[in-house]
Amino acid sequence: MWNYIKKNIAYFLKKRHQPDYWKNYAESLKNIPTKSIEESKFVVFDCETSGLNPKEDRILSMGAVTIRGNTIDIKDNFEVYLEQDIFNRESVAIHGLLKKGKLKKVSEEQAIKNFLVYIEGAILVGHHISFDVACVNYALKRMGLPKLKNKVLDTGVLFKKTKHQLYAEAFTKVFSLDEVCDELKVKKKDRHTASGDAYITAIVFFKILGRLNRNNDLTLKELFFTPKMIY
Amino acid sequence: MKNTIAERIADFIKMYPPFDNLPYNELYKLAEETRVIYLDKDETLYTQGKPPKEHFFIVNQGAIRIYRQEGEKTIEVEMCDEGDVLGLRPLIVNENYTLNAKAYEESIVYAIPIQNFNKQFENNSEVSKYLITRFASNSATRFSQEDNERIFADYKRTTNTDYFSSKISNLMTTAVCCNHKSTVQEAASIMSENKISSIFVLKKDKPAGVITNKDLLHKIATGKFTIDQNVKKIMSSPVISASPDISIAEAQIIMLKNKIGNVCVTKDGTPESKLLGMLTQQDIVASLSNNPAILLKQISRARTIPRLRDLRQQLNDLLTRFINQHISFTHTLTVVAELNETINQKAVEISIKELNKIPPVRFAFFALGSQGRKEQLVPTDQDNGIIFEDVPDDKLESIRAFFIELATVINKNLHSIGYEYCPAEMMASNPKWCLSKKEWEVQFKDWIFNPTEKNILLSAIFFDFNFVYGDKELVNDMTAIVHESTDDNNRFFMFMAKDALKSPSPLGFFRQFLVDQDGAHKDQFNIKQRALMPLIDAARILTLQHNLQGINNTAERYYKLRELEPQNAEIYEACAYAFKALLKFKTKNGLATLGEDDGKFIKLENLTKSDKVKLRRCFKPIKSIQEVITIRFQPTL
Repeated sequence: MWNYIKKNIAYFLKKRHQPDYWKNYAESLKNIPTKSIEESKFVVFDCETSGLNPKEDRILSMGAVTIRGNTIDIKDNFEVYLEQDIFNRESVAIHGLLKKGKLKKVSEEQAIKNFLVYIEGAILVGHHISFDVACVNYALKRMGLPKLKNKVLDTGVLFKKTKHQLYAEAFTKVFSLDEVCDELKVKKKDRHTASGDAYITAIVFFKILGRLNRNNDLTLKELFFTPKMIY
Repeated sequence: MKNTIAERIADFIKMYPPFDNLPYNELYKLAEETRVIYLDKDETLYTQGKPPKEHFFIVNQGAIRIYRQEGEKTIEVEMCDEGDVLGLRPLIVNENYTLNAKAYEESIVYAIPIQNFNKQFENNSEVSKYLITRFASNSATRFSQEDNERIFADYKRTTNTDYFSSKISNLMTTAVCCNHKSTVQEAASIMSENKISSIFVLKKDKPAGVITNKDLLHKIATGKFTIDQNVKKIMSSPVISASPDISIAEAQIIMLKNKIGNVCVTKDGTPESKLLGMLTQQDIVASLSNNPAILLKQISRARTIPRLRDLRQQLNDLLTRFINQHISFTHTLTVVAELNETINQKAVEISIKELNKIPPVRFAFFALGSQGRKEQLVPTDQDNGIIFEDVPDDKLESIRAFFIELATVINKNLHSIGYEYCPAEMMASNPKWCLSKKEWEVQFKDWIFNPTEKNILLSAIFFDFNFVYGDKELVNDMTAIVHESTDDNNRFFMFMAKDALKSPSPLGFFRQFLVDQDGAHKDQFNIKQRALMPLIDAARILTLQHNLQGINNTAERYYKLRELEPQNAEIYEACAYAFKALLKFKTKNGLATLGEDDGKFIKLENLTKSDKVKLRRCFKPIKSIQEVITIRFQPTL
């Protein structure tokens, strides 16, 4: 009991001391569900990390693009490379980011700050996005901040929705981004750079929306609704 | 900040004109401002009659259908494929969209802001060259005749230097003027005397305005003004003027932008200085030699075979240039086929003179195969024949001997012009193909009613004949014979269909191109046999079935079929488009390997990725049309 009260007090104290950028961010997320798909702001994002453990490993680079209507504005994209304190030899082969590369790098704190501004009022989209969100959440924790508050869409899940219920095996399967690209005929270029993956995922997202919206009556609510799978 | 996606876009647009010759960092700057638009099938990119947005578009993936709406009718204009630029003209000329653009399939389109494009590339001659050709080609495909004449221009041979460096002062002519105090009637009589369509109104020595035929029509003939009023009442002012130091290309852009046929040249380029002269669209066209009209004139004036050979060579140059400048392929095909036919006619004419004998009876010389279908762009081997009037049996052989002698001369002359001898002896000098009308009739009926494999092959070659020289009626009679015998002749159609289906879809398992397995062309793709012939054969059999006479060109056949069978319109449309695209491929390849063969063998490693995609897209209609043939004629039974 005492512990519970202590925890609550700590929480409110913390909340009062939250920095302005976090407050702005939290404020921006208040009235999303009322908008239509056309009017919504989607941010498709991807992180390259030093490994597959969100707690231990660190974000190396982040890439994101914004979708409004059915348009991506290239000017308005997000791409940062982070200073690395945890370096993992094995993953270099995948992302090709060196500890001291030529690219201009920023601190983790700065990167997350910029990212929060970028995703203000947006719905986050990504392929197997729970991993990317978890990575960002641990980074937020290190900065003493709560978890991300955005609504989240996973293209891996959405892709399954495009399949007819008859193809039961599709629902149990986990689709990698490569598989989804092959099936939707999306060109895979710059795979395993954060920006490249974010762009590819955005195209995948477009194509999935196109397939789900054949009758032009798709609502945002339906997009978040995952039907009960028949096994 | 590094922008990977902008790099990707720059990498893409770099592959296509007009961006292909531009520096990378400039393209990167442009790419940063670009937008990526996703369109699902049948979504609209822009609509006819609407003012243009700030962007023009380049297709990244998929295909965009461009069409025009005329009342109820939709008129197909173009299919924009990967790398094609669209929606640019309205932005440059500053008018509303004249066409509709809709996604033909799921597509991704890059929208490039015109402002940045203009800022960065305004003074780049490569870009302005591209813009002009783009407009020329657009106008040739679709717009009204008037527009066509006005914009259509051919640049001087391959170099283009004159067009872009030569000053207009070299071309300009004296302007016809009247005083600003004259009456309309006076001005009109000056125009009539000089046989011109516009007149400049001078105040001192400066141009104050211009009166054109249209002004006379709209303002005088309608009764709004009377002919004894002052010219100032009806003139348009200020005039569009140019400095004598600008290039011909720039002058043409000015005319295009303002939609005028002539521009007045003043001392400092503004209407406020002395009038020096004027430059008309006709002056520009006439000054640049080697345009189709002039080439045609030269051919009809040619008197010797070597001269014809030179002209045929020039025709190749013309073709290369048309292709490089992305002039509409339909237009290219018509122009080249027309000129080709004239060369052939002239060759026969010269040969008869050379022989120095008068033909004893009426006869006609006709072309077969690709030339007969008017699809020959790069010279191939000659296929031709002769038909002559029926004569009494006792005279037949002596008259045939005469025509064979004539044909031998013609074939030799055609050979020296650049058409190879036919290895299969499908030439008029072969006694088998130099027949009287009655003999041809027997021959055709034999082929049609005894459809062996060889006879069907001969039918396929011979039924695309086209008149070249002599008595046209004889050839028309031949057409009538063919159609009479094939009418409702299901057995014959069945065999023809079987022949048409002998080359299956050019894609093998795993969507690989089927290539030649051995021989001199190992691992090359035979575009003629694999892709063009199935389309040609299918078009022939369908037109025979519909009894369509006088249409030989495969694309035109498909367009006609589209009208006759609205239920299959989409397939025929796609076939016509695919045929043109494939023929363009073959022609490009043929021009690159001139002399070896006519371009039918394509080395796969020479194709870029997007070429392969384009080729593949063309294969889809082949499959569909073969299905139509299979169902209709049941050749497998």
